Amino acid sequence: MIKRAFNALKENRLVFYGLTVIAVLFLLALLSQVLSPYGTFEQNLGSRLNPPSLKHLLGTDDLGRDVFSRMLYGIRISLSVGFVAVGISVLIGTLLGMISGFFGGKIDTVIMRLVDIMLCFPSFFLILIVIAFLEPNIYNVMVVIGLTSWPGLTRLVRAEVLSLKEREFIQAARLLGISNFRIFFIHLLPNVVSPILVAATLGVGDAILTESGLSFLGLGVQPPVPSWGQMLTAGKEYIYVAWWLSLFPGLAILFTVLAFNLLGEGLRDILDPRLLKRKT
Amino acid sequence: MLGYTLKRLIHFIPVVIGITVITFLVMHLSPGKPTDAVTDMNAKITQEAKLRLAALYGLDRPWYVQYFNWIKRLSALDFGNSFKDGRPAIKKILERLPATLLLNFLSLGLILAVALPIGIYSAIRHRTFFDKAMTVFVFIGFSMPTFWLALLLMILFGLKMGLLPISGLHSLNYAEMNLLGKTIDLARHLALPVLITGFTGLAGLSRYSRSSMLEVIKQDYIKTAYAKGLPESAVILKHAARNALLPVVTILGLSLPSMIGGGFIFETIFAYPGMGRLGYEAIMSRDYPVIMAVGTIAAVLTLLGNLLADLTYTWADPRIRYK
Repeated sequence: MIKRAFNALKENRLVFYGLTVIAVLFLLALLSQVLSPYGTFEQNLGSRLNPPSLKHLLGTDDLGRDVFSRMLYGIRISLSVGFVAVGISVLIGTLLGMISGFFGGKIDTVIMRLVDIMLCFPSFFLILIVIAFLEPNIYNVMVVIGLTSWPGLTRLVRAEVLSLKEREFIQAARLLGISNFRIFFIHLLPNVVSPILVAATLGVGDAILTESGLSFLGLGVQPPVPSWGQMLTAGKEYIYVAWWLSLFPGLAILFTVLAFNLLGEGLRDILDPRLLKRKT
Repeated sequence: MLGYTLKRLIHFIPVVIGITVITFLVMHLSPGKPTDAVTDMNAKITQEAKLRLAALYGLDRPWYVQYFNWIKRLSALDFGNSFKDGRPAIKKILERLPATLLLNFLSLGLILAVALPIGIYSAIRHRTFFDKAMTVFVFIGFSMPTFWLALLLMILFGLKMGLLPISGLHSLNYAEMNLLGKTIDLARHLALPVLITGFTGLAGLSRYSRSSMLEVIKQDYIKTAYAKGLPESAVILKHAARNALLPVVTILGLSLPSMIGGGFIFETIFAYPGMGRLGYEAIMSRDYPVIMAVGTIAAVLTLLGNLLADLTYTWADPRIRYK
């Protein structure tokens, strides 16, 4: 089973490209202090708005800071926001979805109504309000994105649990008198992991996009800490004289999110039990 | 059909109430008071005056009393007056709503007109170069930071090539133009915002209609249609597409909140006079009544959109009506 999954992983080009890019990003983030040719916050007013060159690979910004070094630091911001936000939303979404599907009845109605309500709000507006009234910083951004992105996952997990509940092995477990608690965590949870994994991977990309959008509007990560979205806003002012300030951070966002989307879609192909059956 | 509609309408009520509760709680739990904007600026203000001001707006009462007072006024469509210029919030929104609706309807139209043909053609030419190219486009569409694309397009078409205006809805001399000139002017201003607003949905819907078509053309009745010698165009358009594209209606409904949500960024970037920019400006100036009104109305609009999509779907596909 594991071997087959591993082979499928190797064969699936989407997963391969996605994982490669993500692995490289992780490495760059870990080694960013070593790799940065200049300090993240190091200003050098003597070399303002220098175009890309061997000395400054991606040029310098309006304060003479090295764009390459700042973008390396930005990887950390994007990845941490993506993973923490998704962690929060997976925790809430999985729990609510499983409770809703497993227990049914009134509890199910209440949770599902809450999901309906949350899905009506343009989540970006809710996030904007909360961030604007709290202090905009990276921690608030992570938490608020996480707290607003669980409803879709709740629906997904609930549907999965509803169909699992009718399967023989759960019926058998019930007949054997196994406690609800055990059925819930030992028998149901492992079986909903694959759809959650797919949704979470795609969710990381979405969270990174949301963070960059917030930072672009000045409501995300605050300067001087560099986030790609915020670097774009700062670069916008100099778009005529310094195109590199607006190009590279945008490309970085695009390719990072693309990597997570490729990985997510690839995982969906691999983990879809219907596809597995067809291959064996 | 009537029974189903009634059932959906009854279901509508608790969700609308929930929308108002969430809007209210989000604003209520946020740090600071609506009156802070006035009191913080005034160094001479006494504690007593602050309390009096809070009492004037009912801010000294418990939250549920405040909520019910707000709801009572809401039921008469009174969202309170803007802190900024004292005009009724609902009036400010109604002024901006047509522009937002126009933008979203045009974007939906663009999505349908482009995504459906792409999806259908990708499915019947499965695994060809066109299909693969479109798959790449879809992935890029999902991953694109659209505000960045907006920025690049503004630079390219607006400033470098000078083809399109980059902000607002009208030119300065709009009032002096004749009808044709006005239409052209409007279209030129709308081109970029419509494209950007529809961009992500475009990718999503072409992917969706592609996989839906792929499912349908595997069915036996499609083989039958080919076997009896119908031309491909008739099989695809009459037999396959009709069935495959029905669920698309629901997907369109589901994409509404993200389109309205996207408006908060795009309308700001393009200085577009719509509800999204009004909401963003209200947030930035802590204009409580306007923020709450925009939130509530955006959510209710989404709800209505979804309801409409569901009803259309049920009307068009009798199979799901009796479930």
